[in-house]
Amino acid sequence: MMNVMRLFGGRAASAPVARERLQILLSHERGRTGTPDLLEMLRSEILGVVSKHIDVDPDKVVVKMDRGKFVSMLEVDIEVPNGVQRSKMVAAT
Amino acid sequence: MAKVLVVTSGKGGVGKTTSTAALGAALAQMGQNVVVIDFDVGLRNLDLVMGAERRVVFDLINVVQGVAKLPQALIRDKRLENLWLLPASQTRDKDALTEEGVKRVIADLKTKFDWILCDSPAGIERGATLAMRYADEAIIVTNPEVSSVRDSDRIIGMLDSKTARAERGERVEKHLLVTRYDSARAARGEMLSIDDILEILATPLLGIVPESQDVLRASNVGCPVTLNAASSAPARAYTDAVRRLMGEAVEMTVPVERKGLMDRLLRRRAA
Repeated sequence: MMNVMRLFGGRAASAPVARERLQILLSHERGRTGTPDLLEMLRSEILGVVSKHIDVDPDKVVVKMDRGKFVSMLEVDIEVPNGVQRSKMVAAT
Repeated sequence: MAKVLVVTSGKGGVGKTTSTAALGAALAQMGQNVVVIDFDVGLRNLDLVMGAERRVVFDLINVVQGVAKLPQALIRDKRLENLWLLPASQTRDKDALTEEGVKRVIADLKTKFDWILCDSPAGIERGATLAMRYADEAIIVTNPEVSSVRDSDRIIGMLDSKTARAERGERVEKHLLVTRYDSARAARGEMLSIDDILEILATPLLGIVPESQDVLRASNVGCPVTLNAASSAPARAYTDAVRRLMGEAVEMTVPVERKGLMDRLLRRRAA
């Protein structure tokens, strides 16, 4: 029925898109309320690990999350300047 | 035993105040003693939708602060003698509303009324949490639209964790009220369907209020739609919802305007 209507110039139904977007979003949002922002936590811990070994500018660390229905993609971008200095912590050990 | 009901949604503009007025009036029409409380401090509107805006003297905050006694602040509806309104204050100081004060006022109202309907402000801040704080049951007003459904989900989470009942390990009974529903658009796949919303929010359905001009007309004249146009589609939807609240088994339908043959042909049952 919906396909027939689409044949006669109707637009593609948008409700299924709305439904799927909501399902993905809410599956991530549920249970997360009240806990500190996951991304910020990941950012600071990853930064901590990396800066044990090399000096990085905290502002140059970008953490992105792309939430999918089945898998999510966590992307961490750390800008490392050329001629990077080994972190003092490492140098001391 | 008095029942405290919060009408909430998270998102603004979905029909909380309209629904509070319509449900309150419908309950009163069935002979129940009803008080509707406006919790939207600073932006009160329930008085306007109920047509009592010119009779507000004292408000909820005055009662909480002891400036006025409860009977002085309650406004009796001009059409239904067992329907009362406790208006919100227009003061901008939201902190004037305290948890302890609200608790006291609600306990007092419980001795006088069968139903206490708390019209929540939008958002998830203090006003909204206080409106739901002492609720026994909650009506979550949702539009078939993504942002409204998302916010409803958020509010459902709060009802399960931030209410006095939740903290005592009891549950707040939740009911979903879908408003501004357009069966034809949902059937064409242009709007989230009732099934979609129920599947996502997993909350029992209390009623489906169709999009209708009668709703705006009722608020224009300051009369709950269940009184102003009792046989209109939205009024029948609200009345059915109230009968379900009172424990009656009423078949779930999307009421349609009773006009011509076309409407009757298009009449559709909600899944």
